[in-house]
Amino acid sequence: MASQEILREEPSRASFINDPKVRSLFFQTLVIVILFGSVWWIVQNVIDNLARLHIASGFGFLKGRAGFDISDTPIAYTSDSTYGRAIIVGLINTIIVAVAGIITATIIGFVVGIGRLSQNWLIRKICTVYVEIFRNIPPLLVIFFWYSGVLAVLPPPRESYNLPFGSFLNQRGFYFPRAVWGDGSWLILVAFLVGLAMAWFVARTARQRQMVTGQQFPVFWTSIALIAGLPLLAYALSGFPLSFDFPKQSTFNLTGGFQVKPEFLSLYLALSCYTAAFIAEIVRAGIRGVSRGQTEAAGALGLRSGPILRLVVVPQAMRIVIPPLTSQYLNLTKNSSLAIAIGYPDLTATAGTVLNQTGQAVEGVLIMMIAYLVLSLVTSAVMNVVNARMALVER
Amino acid sequence: MQEHDMSWVRTEMALAQPAPPSERGLYAWVRKNLIATPGDTILTILGILIVAWILPQVINWALLNAQWTGPDRTVCATVAQGGIQPDGWSGACWAFVNAKFGQFMFGRYPIEERWRPILVAILFVALLVPMLIPRVPRKGLNAILLFLVLPIVSFFLLIGGVFGLPHVETSLWGGLLVTLSLSFVGIAVSLPLGTVLALGRRSKMPAIKLLCVIFIETVRGIPLITVLFFVSVMLPLFLPEGVTFDKFLRALIGVSLFAAAYMAEVVRGGLQAIPKGQYEGADSLGLGYWQKMGLIVLPQALKLVIPGIVNTFIGMFKDTSLVLIISMFDLLGVVKQNFSDANWATPQTAKSGLVFAAFVFWLFCFGMSRYSMYTERRLDTGYKR
Repeated sequence: MASQEILREEPSRASFINDPKVRSLFFQTLVIVILFGSVWWIVQNVIDNLARLHIASGFGFLKGRAGFDISDTPIAYTSDSTYGRAIIVGLINTIIVAVAGIITATIIGFVVGIGRLSQNWLIRKICTVYVEIFRNIPPLLVIFFWYSGVLAVLPPPRESYNLPFGSFLNQRGFYFPRAVWGDGSWLILVAFLVGLAMAWFVARTARQRQMVTGQQFPVFWTSIALIAGLPLLAYALSGFPLSFDFPKQSTFNLTGGFQVKPEFLSLYLALSCYTAAFIAEIVRAGIRGVSRGQTEAAGALGLRSGPILRLVVVPQAMRIVIPPLTSQYLNLTKNSSLAIAIGYPDLTATAGTVLNQTGQAVEGVLIMMIAYLVLSLVTSAVMNVVNARMALVER
Repeated sequence: MQEHDMSWVRTEMALAQPAPPSERGLYAWVRKNLIATPGDTILTILGILIVAWILPQVINWALLNAQWTGPDRTVCATVAQGGIQPDGWSGACWAFVNAKFGQFMFGRYPIEERWRPILVAILFVALLVPMLIPRVPRKGLNAILLFLVLPIVSFFLLIGGVFGLPHVETSLWGGLLVTLSLSFVGIAVSLPLGTVLALGRRSKMPAIKLLCVIFIETVRGIPLITVLFFVSVMLPLFLPEGVTFDKFLRALIGVSLFAAAYMAEVVRGGLQAIPKGQYEGADSLGLGYWQKMGLIVLPQALKLVIPGIVNTFIGMFKDTSLVLIISMFDLLGVVKQNFSDANWATPQTAKSGLVFAAFVFWLFCFGMSRYSMYTERRLDTGYKR
């Protein structure tokens, strides 16, 4: 019985210093004290330095006159506009190049990624060479290559390359016809939206009908007809209000049309090519991650190669692909800040100019950081929604 | 009932038959890999067209039409541009790379002092190569020499100012020297720092966990350029008056912090992949936290994520080119700076310089990724499925 007595005793405590709870509390307090101490020290230094440099802190400077020009302005902007507006112009430019780059990179990436798994030896090798080249050189170098190596040595406007559909390419950029929307063209937009809504409805009904009766309905062609046909019909009915302003060659320059500047073009092409190499690897890994048994089982059920790909392989591959794809989209958005190296006025470039002109370093860097964080969060949120829809629904 | 003596057992193996002719040789390979189906044939033709369009252009430009030596821009410019080449000539201007090679490697490092970076490079290679070959013994000593002694020796050798070596400002450094020293220090700092951050993120102490999460997620959410802006503009504001930081050091801090945040996420993935039993086993052996992590968990976790770690290294190596934005001149920066040299300005200069820089970057990154694949195979203990 004596042994049981011993067991009931208080467990012998080791020394106070070895108690995990005390230790954890001690280290956390220590870290917090050090952190607050250094933050306080830094804040004091910043205040002293700002006072010495006669810089007023706060965001009031955003209302001041900018006084510098921006080459690409998606919204109205002159050098008389405010600093705040200049930063917004930069933010919009960042979003434009990021969205355009993401779309193109995804298309190239999927084509190359599937190409790397092709039965065809030559296609496989070409895609491998593409991926290995672009994965292993810095994105900034790719941007410079397009900018100084390719676009800057194009012929001057007078000897522009004539491309199809009345577009031109020269050292000042890429010119293509601009759509001029006449009276009543709002009808086209409305028709397009109605077409989209109807296509969605048709797809839903057809799906429900297939679930109940097993009968299929050609959803794809109906949707195409609705989405493309309705706007065309509206275009004809409203009396052809849409016309095109073609770029024309004059003595020294091209006039009219829509000009895409070489800065945007090189940034967009470089980001697309670079990120596509990474997306290709992700797609390849995703498709290879779907086990062969799935394809074989689908074949045993009597599906043909098209439906096997569409209904069995791709949905499962997408589950593997989407999370790393999201981080590539985020990388592309962040890499768009390299625009500053070639003078495309993105967020970093305009905020950097504002920062240099006003000396408001703290606020300028803060705005940049918050803007990129928000962009990243929005992108991840969108992709999380897509991911949730794709994710495996388990009982 | 055993009268039937029909059983006949073959006593020697049948000889292997050669594969049928349709499955052998070049024709079978071509049929299987290039013209299996009509669609495949079309793809092959398309592929051949692409190769036939690109390859001759590349070879002509980079090798056949290229100018390898020359005193100035005239060798690389057409007659209309004031040079000696016929009109319509297009070829690489390797003469430019040749003439500027010293700058591309060392930047504006004084010519009579260039033996110092060369000596550092020789020491680096002499320590790195045995480190990379698994069979060479004494890895511990080698690692100490490479990661502790070499940085200190290189620091004094490159900066100078002691032992009678003239002082060389870091603003004179440039080219591959900057690229390599930035990435080497970044690699040496980011792996331990990232590991500590990852451990902090998985820590049970809420304050430390929160701090690590905030740091990692903030740094990962903003571009490196913003981080570099931050360290180059804000650090001087953070310090008391009169205390200044070397610009090179600022870039080093920025790059290392940035890479550490990404490294932390990679290491965290490895930590999560280690089964709980390993942690519990270590606990039951009575190991303390650092013993548990250092002896049991991290060796397994880091081995699992070698590809991710090397990918982060490659990413950082490429990202060092961004220091150009805060007006430091790494390899790419020096190449770009030399475009404006009037002595060499031709339409081909930029392309040639950039292709050269791309080739150097590519060699390093490709080498790293191949070495990581090799290590991965070597360390594969059959743990992964």
